[in-house]
Amino acid sequence: MRKITIPIDDETIRSLKAGDAVLLSGVMMTGRDAVHKWMIDTFIRKTREPQGDDLEVYEAIKKILNGGVLYHCGPVVAGVDSGDYKFVAAGPTTSIREEPYEAEVIKHFNIKGVMGKGGMGPKTLQACREAPAVYFHAVGGAASLIAQSVQKVLGVYKLDFGVPEAMWVIEVKDFPAIVTMDSHGNSLHETVEKASADRFKALLGV
Amino acid sequence: MQPDLTQEILELVRLTATSLPEDVERTIAAAYETETPGSVAKSVLDTILKNVKMAREHSTPICQDTGTPIFYVDMPAGWSMREMRRQIEAAVAEATRRVYLRPNSVNSLTGKNTGNNLGDEYFPTIHFHEVDGDAVTIRLMLKGGGSENVSTQYKLPDTRLHAGRDLEGVYKVVMDAVYKAQGKGCAPGFLGVGIGGDRGSSFYAAKEALWRTLDEPNPDPALDALEKRITADANKLGIGPMGLGGKTTVMATRIKAIHRLPACYFVSIAYMCWAYRRHTMIYKNGKAEYK
Repeated sequence: MRKITIPIDDETIRSLKAGDAVLLSGVMMTGRDAVHKWMIDTFIRKTREPQGDDLEVYEAIKKILNGGVLYHCGPVVAGVDSGDYKFVAAGPTTSIREEPYEAEVIKHFNIKGVMGKGGMGPKTLQACREAPAVYFHAVGGAASLIAQSVQKVLGVYKLDFGVPEAMWVIEVKDFPAIVTMDSHGNSLHETVEKASADRFKALLGV
Repeated sequence: MQPDLTQEILELVRLTATSLPEDVERTIAAAYETETPGSVAKSVLDTILKNVKMAREHSTPICQDTGTPIFYVDMPAGWSMREMRRQIEAAVAEATRRVYLRPNSVNSLTGKNTGNNLGDEYFPTIHFHEVDGDAVTIRLMLKGGGSENVSTQYKLPDTRLHAGRDLEGVYKVVMDAVYKAQGKGCAPGFLGVGIGGDRGSSFYAAKEALWRTLDEPNPDPALDALEKRITADANKLGIGPMGLGGKTTVMATRIKAIHRLPACYFVSIAYMCWAYRRHTMIYKNGKAEYK
């Protein structure tokens, strides 16, 4: 299995192909539904004025996401009361919900890897080609195992979104994932879906 | 006065969130054996099996989405439902504090997470039944949001699929649901299928069907044959673990047929992810047993 260090350079990204298994190490950030909506509304399409600590958080996450990895994950976290955070369970959530936003988010923050489960659609695939960037697939539900590769929780932004929806900054070591959408326009999801469509039609005669 | 079962229910929640039932783990292990060495499918199933072991050893959630807690409580006459609900709620809040459960209850209007998995009378969901005898049986299912999102309901006849109001029609719409779900419900999954009812009771039956263990055949031979056919054909689609290709897409199908209105023929599919979390507690003579 190939070891990849975050931040990831363009040359490494271009060398990754759909179907490659990798182990990721470095600093990444979680972000899911509420985060994408907040990024888009406040900083990308600017339909909402920044409020509270928005600008401060924006400056901080820009550095983390530049060349970095955004992980679609709503973790179970211990120590929320004390601030001594520990990831207890941290598997991926379904990524396709972010399809309307992700292409713009990748471009805006110069993200090199988006990680989640289920894959994403044509808009994100196109953004992966242009950026370049890739989509990493983590094993859905493998929460305890993945939590073990989280060495340290470095911090959290927007905890008021709720524990699953907040932006958690984590340091990971040998985080297991599979590249399922590469920067050359290949999507393993598309391939599997096309093949299953043919078999489905044959079985049902429709 | 009825006894306080809060601690016993807390243990049921811990067990369900952290320890996959034996029949489910055995089924995943069997699927692992069938996948091609070196394939993405085999590596995904390997990760899943390792994760299941680790979760049990560390008593940490199998999946970070600890789902909707759905309780089924069978109590003898004389037990108070209100008191039982209070105890279940206390156990769920404590389980959340101990991070066996992720805070999962969100106000639909404000978007605010209550932080303790309590909400209104639908969260957690509790189904009460009165039973004979002196035992109290509490069953708990934790069903994740990803698999709930690909769960779906059909109304027969379905013109697009040429599906009529018979078991052949049921076969076609269930296959359609599996095809559409791809890997998004955390395949390889398990299918709970409800036939009949109104829209609400049909889904209820679909989830209830998931309580039959993987060793028990369907008592109705026609439904048993249909379950086996759906599972076998779903695995011909090649969707595979996580939708990344492979031989294992559906590991079992469970069907429950209930009465319907003359005008309606609903088929509801409760897609269950591989993290098929369900456990039962039986409380009798002052002692709780778990299975």
